[in-house]
Amino acid sequence: MIWSLDLAVLTLVVGCGIAAIMVKDLLCAAILFGAYSFMMCLLWAIMGAVDVAFTEASVGAGVSTVFFVAAVFRTTRRTKD
Amino acid sequence: MKWAALMVVLSTGGLLIFATDDFPPWRDPHSPASEHVSPRYIEKSMEETGVPNLVTAVLADYRGYDTLFETAVIFTAGIACFLLLRTYREKEKESRLYRHVHTGLIVEVEAGSRMREASEHFERADRLWAPDDLIIRTACRILIPFIQLFGLQVLANGHHTPGGGFQGGVILGASLILLALSRDLRTATRMMPERISGLLSASGVLVYAGIGTVCVLLGHSFLDYAALAPILFVDPVQARNLGILGVEIGVAMAVMATMIVIYGNVASAGYYDEGL
Repeated sequence: MIWSLDLAVLTLVVGCGIAAIMVKDLLCAAILFGAYSFMMCLLWAIMGAVDVAFTEASVGAGVSTVFFVAAVFRTTRRTKD
Repeated sequence: MKWAALMVVLSTGGLLIFATDDFPPWRDPHSPASEHVSPRYIEKSMEETGVPNLVTAVLADYRGYDTLFETAVIFTAGIACFLLLRTYREKEKESRLYRHVHTGLIVEVEAGSRMREASEHFERADRLWAPDDLIIRTACRILIPFIQLFGLQVLANGHHTPGGGFQGGVILGASLILLALSRDLRTATRMMPERISGLLSASGVLVYAGIGTVCVLLGHSFLDYAALAPILFVDPVQARNLGILGVEIGVAMAVMATMIVIYGNVASAGYYDEGL
């Protein structure tokens, strides 16, 4: 395990996680959450859990991001009430 | 109030980080998890199931119940999306948009007036989001068959390489979602009608549970694939190998179809006519 790579990925995980709950725009949050999932996937791969990394890449970074974007697409920019 | 919430979150997080100190060191061969059941799997799984990928052997055979109910959870998520969102109410009559294929001009057809759904010159365009990008469309059309092949390869090679039914199913479902994203939801629904995806997601779980039930009928315990040896005319190790492949296919079917069902319902808000 390369500690500098590990540190960089961990920093990005925490950064993406905090950014995803801080941003106002829902689409931004969805994309940041996808980035967070991808960084988690890298982390699993670094730790040697390749099967988990594969699942995280396909489900977390791939399909669930699309679901979020599809749900955001159905919202309006300003609330109606 | 905000500060109180932040304090609660920070203290919980701090406690959790403090508790990780009690974990055994990473990659410690003498940690409790590595000493209890792991050695049994590592030493015996190859001779008992003939599956080189340990993770697949544990997921689909030794921990078959977990995976069965995981598949049922995915199926339930699809059902929940369907029941919450799908509506068969007629939409209020509104004008429709059609794109002239050769020039890209958009024509608006008033509500109530008749227009054939698909013709040589005109195709339906979405009201909310109707860009027509030749590059994206062509690139996705070339990519999708390879993505589907890769999904099938991941599914079939789960015994040897990382992957298996779950990942293969997600990749297969994602290929159809990509089609819906690059063209529109109607094209994807034509390729994979809603009825068929609903049927596939249910029958995937049925395949998994059915293989388990066949094992019971043959006198073994539920999901003990060695019971399938007499009807497959192979030795018990090979039967467990094939049983794992069978349930992986069931998982892939259920996951693929459920992903498409969830996407279709979420993207079109339950109407299945216009989506992302």
